[in-house]
Amino acid sequence: MAVIRDVIPQLELFQPSSTDDALALLAEHGSDAWVYAGGLDTLDWFKDRVKRPRVVVDLGGIDSMREIRSTSDGIEIGAMATLISVIDNPEVRSQFPALAYSAKSAASPQIRHQGTIGGNIGQDTRCWYYRDGWTCYRAGGNICYASPPTAMNREHCILGASRCVAVNPSDTAPTLVALEAEMVVRRGNSERVVAAEDFFVGPEIDIERMTVLEPGDLLMSIRVPSKWANSRVYFEKVRDRDSWDFPLANVATAIRENGGTIEEARVVVNGVAPTPVRLTAVESAIIGQPRNEQTAEQAGNVSIQGVAPLTHNGYKVNLMKNLVKRSIRDEPLA
Amino acid sequence: MADYKLLGKDYQTPDLYAKVTGRSKYAEDHRAEGMVFAKLLVSPMPHARVRSIDTSRAEALPGVEGILTADDLPEVDEPNEAALTNEPLYEGEPILAVAAVSEQVASEAIELIEIDYEPLPFILDPLDSLMPGSHNARTVTVDGEAVSANTMVGRDPGEVKWSESDVAGLAPGEIPMDAPAAAEWSYGDVEAGFAEADVIIEENSYHQSLSHQPLESRTTMAYWEGNKVYVYPSVQSTARSVGPLARLAGVEPSDIVVINEFTGGGFGSKISGYVQAQIPILLSKKIGKPVQMRVTRRDETSFGRARPGTQARIKLGMRSDGRITAVDIHAIGDGGPYGRSGDHMNVGGIGSLCYTPMAMRQRGTGVWTNTPPRGAQRAPGGVQSMTMLEPIIQKAAKRLGLDQVAVRRLNAPEGQAKYGAPGRDGEQGNVSSAFVKEAIDAGAGAFNWSERIQRSGERNGSKVTGFGVCVSSYAAGASGVDGLFVIKPDGRMYIQSGIGNLGTESTFDTMRAAAEGMDMPWEKCDVVWGDSSRHLPWSCSQGGSSTVHAHTRANWAAVEDATQKMKEVAARDLGGSPDSYEIGGERVYRRGNRGQGLSFAQVAQRAIDLGGKYDGNELPEDINGMTTASATALAGQGLMGVAKDNYEEGGRRMSFAVGFAEVEVDIETGDIKIIDYAAGTDAGTIIHPRAYGAQVLAGAIQGFSVALSQKWVYDRRWGLLVAKRFYSNRPPSIMDVPHERPMEWVNADLPDPFNPLGAKGIGEAAQGAGSGAVVNAIADALDSLGDDTGDFYRSPVTRDMILTKLEQAPIGHDRLTAHV
Repeated sequence: MAVIRDVIPQLELFQPSSTDDALALLAEHGSDAWVYAGGLDTLDWFKDRVKRPRVVVDLGGIDSMREIRSTSDGIEIGAMATLISVIDNPEVRSQFPALAYSAKSAASPQIRHQGTIGGNIGQDTRCWYYRDGWTCYRAGGNICYASPPTAMNREHCILGASRCVAVNPSDTAPTLVALEAEMVVRRGNSERVVAAEDFFVGPEIDIERMTVLEPGDLLMSIRVPSKWANSRVYFEKVRDRDSWDFPLANVATAIRENGGTIEEARVVVNGVAPTPVRLTAVESAIIGQPRNEQTAEQAGNVSIQGVAPLTHNGYKVNLMKNLVKRSIRDEPLA
Repeated sequence: MADYKLLGKDYQTPDLYAKVTGRSKYAEDHRAEGMVFAKLLVSPMPHARVRSIDTSRAEALPGVEGILTADDLPEVDEPNEAALTNEPLYEGEPILAVAAVSEQVASEAIELIEIDYEPLPFILDPLDSLMPGSHNARTVTVDGEAVSANTMVGRDPGEVKWSESDVAGLAPGEIPMDAPAAAEWSYGDVEAGFAEADVIIEENSYHQSLSHQPLESRTTMAYWEGNKVYVYPSVQSTARSVGPLARLAGVEPSDIVVINEFTGGGFGSKISGYVQAQIPILLSKKIGKPVQMRVTRRDETSFGRARPGTQARIKLGMRSDGRITAVDIHAIGDGGPYGRSGDHMNVGGIGSLCYTPMAMRQRGTGVWTNTPPRGAQRAPGGVQSMTMLEPIIQKAAKRLGLDQVAVRRLNAPEGQAKYGAPGRDGEQGNVSSAFVKEAIDAGAGAFNWSERIQRSGERNGSKVTGFGVCVSSYAAGASGVDGLFVIKPDGRMYIQSGIGNLGTESTFDTMRAAAEGMDMPWEKCDVVWGDSSRHLPWSCSQGGSSTVHAHTRANWAAVEDATQKMKEVAARDLGGSPDSYEIGGERVYRRGNRGQGLSFAQVAQRAIDLGGKYDGNELPEDINGMTTASATALAGQGLMGVAKDNYEEGGRRMSFAVGFAEVEVDIETGDIKIIDYAAGTDAGTIIHPRAYGAQVLAGAIQGFSVALSQKWVYDRRWGLLVAKRFYSNRPPSIMDVPHERPMEWVNADLPDPFNPLGAKGIGEAAQGAGSGAVVNAIADALDSLGDDTGDFYRSPVTRDMILTKLEQAPIGHDRLTAHV
């Protein structure tokens, strides 16, 4: 069979107007169904005819999934809220400016108007071999094309490889992990709540998925608890260009200080591993220390323990070290 | 500058309303009765031979209208490219096309085709085909025999290989300066030049290949009416595409109509048609229905052309006062799999103009590779010259403790400067004019160079500031084409423009020279463009920044023709000699007595009455056949201005852009921000300031792409492009330009003496100014951290390169490795 790209194949499109209808469709079609949110991840896959679901369930008509509301303990963001609506939301801006900033760091203005927060955290990896239809481990094959010495892996992982060396490209994911957000997932009539930290799945657990979501599951919303509201949360992304681009690495660090020392910290990096990675060793190293240059330097050094760079991505070691250092040393960006 | 009514003023182009309201029809907006769609089956391998194709299941699919394969096409002279092939020489090369009632059906049909390939060895990196014992990217059929070749030597396919002794002792990432090369030129005494130098810098440098990436891909629709073919392509030129597209269709130029009123960019990749246009043309002929081939972004990246990458060893000597005494260059061009590319030889050619070295030698070989076909891209070879030579000049000037602007000024060409490869007579060619020192001064003033560079190396936390300057030049005008317009009894002036509406606005800007010359209000002028059946004159290519110079000349010649005719008509009717009349205010009148004369409307009617030369029934003999045909069709409608540009040329028309950049490099993240950019230019008289500024600044942005982001990435084992998508190819957008201050330009405003209006083009030179200034600014910033910290000699300069350099960590490839 000859290969052709760049034409979306025939598929059956459903546009439910309620979550119940969407869940019923997902239950009915199981692994034949594809959940379509903003389409930024999806349409590339469809156009290249690499992912060919029989059924597409477009959530665009479910207004309730776009809501952002205050709760008794923080805010709850509908999975279909666009990135721009997260960025512009007054509650998010005032309580969790780092979340707004990380959403603003994603993609381009046009994409932020179309892309959703659910899509941003649930998106697939951007490994160029996998996305171009190479039959790698992640695509059900038995090889990784990105890791041999002749492979091009400048944008691949330095941590957490397990056969696959692709990275999670989300900019909002590390911030949500740092903020101890929770993902509300429904399946039929049942609902479960998953800690953001546990939401992402590495290849050692399931090499064909990026998150815990399975066929039939629907990410409903993201709860951001008030615990880290108005706290010092630092986000920074490094990318090749300021137009649409994924992170070479990013960092989200939440710190609470008390009496001149760091009392509590959550340090999360992304773009360096198949999932956002919480650097617990760094957290342990800085708790009880004053937040200063020396502590930041030490944190950076601890962060790179155990890294395993590939042929072309050794720079990410220094990049991650420096980003972790900055996230402790510098004032949050806005 | 002369006191013009129209020239030098901003105005609204006649295509603008359609563009901003979405009514402008680009190639894929066209439809024809019964039109079907073509999709391409392209090679999945960098080099292969098609062993067998079975299309039976595809042909049986309902809705499939027909299939075109390489066997349906006329033979092409090797090493040139055919529209379809049975021996693909790069990934993505079209093998066959399927026409169907929809793209979905055509795509499904392609998936039903059984095709068997024999994979063949491939070359990704030109150096890999020059090394001892290496193989070649392709064979070339010569007299029926398949001959292995890796380059063109003169007019013939040939082979250049380096011997073991040529490469003995070379480190990885080095080119042997004196090893065999396909071409060479020199002037002056190079050895003596180096002997006179106080500093010699010798480096190996890499410049990436870059896809053109126009926003509009080369979609084409075609249909036949009898033996006449109508083609709706996306091309840069209109008049100049007629001949090439007719050849592809196999018809006479009189049997083709080319319709393309709006084109979404080309950057040199669509100058006068493209071989892939043959696919819908011949598929339409085969099946008897209109066929549209929409070219996807992926296909555009595959066969939409690219700037040839260049690898070079460069040696430059500088005297303690900053004068460049000698330059020696051995450059290897990445030629893709077809034809001939000369960019690499222009590294020295353009460098010799911008910096006028006292002596120079350039050697080089363009090597065939199994990567996409190359073509001219905005300042072909010129951008490579600036990006590769500038950091070496900067290094030499730094070693000598000299001001970078002063060094550029000292080495700048003046007047009708000579440059480049000597001709057969041993003499170098010269430019028509060069006001480079004035452009440098204007730009340095606007940028406030001397004050600002005091902050070179200034640290702000982890960020360090650097400044760069670059003198860039490239072609800026053609000549010898025709002007054609008719003033009709309705009092309006109809100006025929065959240039092509690429988006540069020169299609209209140059027509204002005719309006200016006739003293016609612009509101009473209609520009006719974009359709070869609407009687367009022979024009220069809409490429190479040719049009502004060429068509102000041609239209001025037509103005002189029309003016003389008007005076003769008036003298005939009103008495006196023609010389006693002048024109102005839409009238031809007796000098000193405006009342005694005729309105343009009246004179147009009188021209029709008189016939002959006045209304185009008799035409000049020296105009092009295309103009003759068009003028003949327009004859009898009013007073015709028609003439060939026979003005003196004065030399090669070259313009200059001098870029000034401030960057901030974050040494902890490798992040590079362009803080500010300004350009001083020398392109003579400015015809349309807003369009001019758009060329100077947007050209610079395309240069930022070279300096900072855009590149290909190839898997070396499989020979496949992994950075195929627009976003993974990383051209810059408006998000990547300086935001703190608006980018700025200023022109020397000294007219070119060999254009009646003094005008030259600017688009080409603008790009190298941007790339050279930014790579120099990055190096300047990093050099403040320690000598040679800013040495990259490789573009683009990316975040990983900076971080790796600062940590002195290994980078995973050598300095000259292509496509990483």
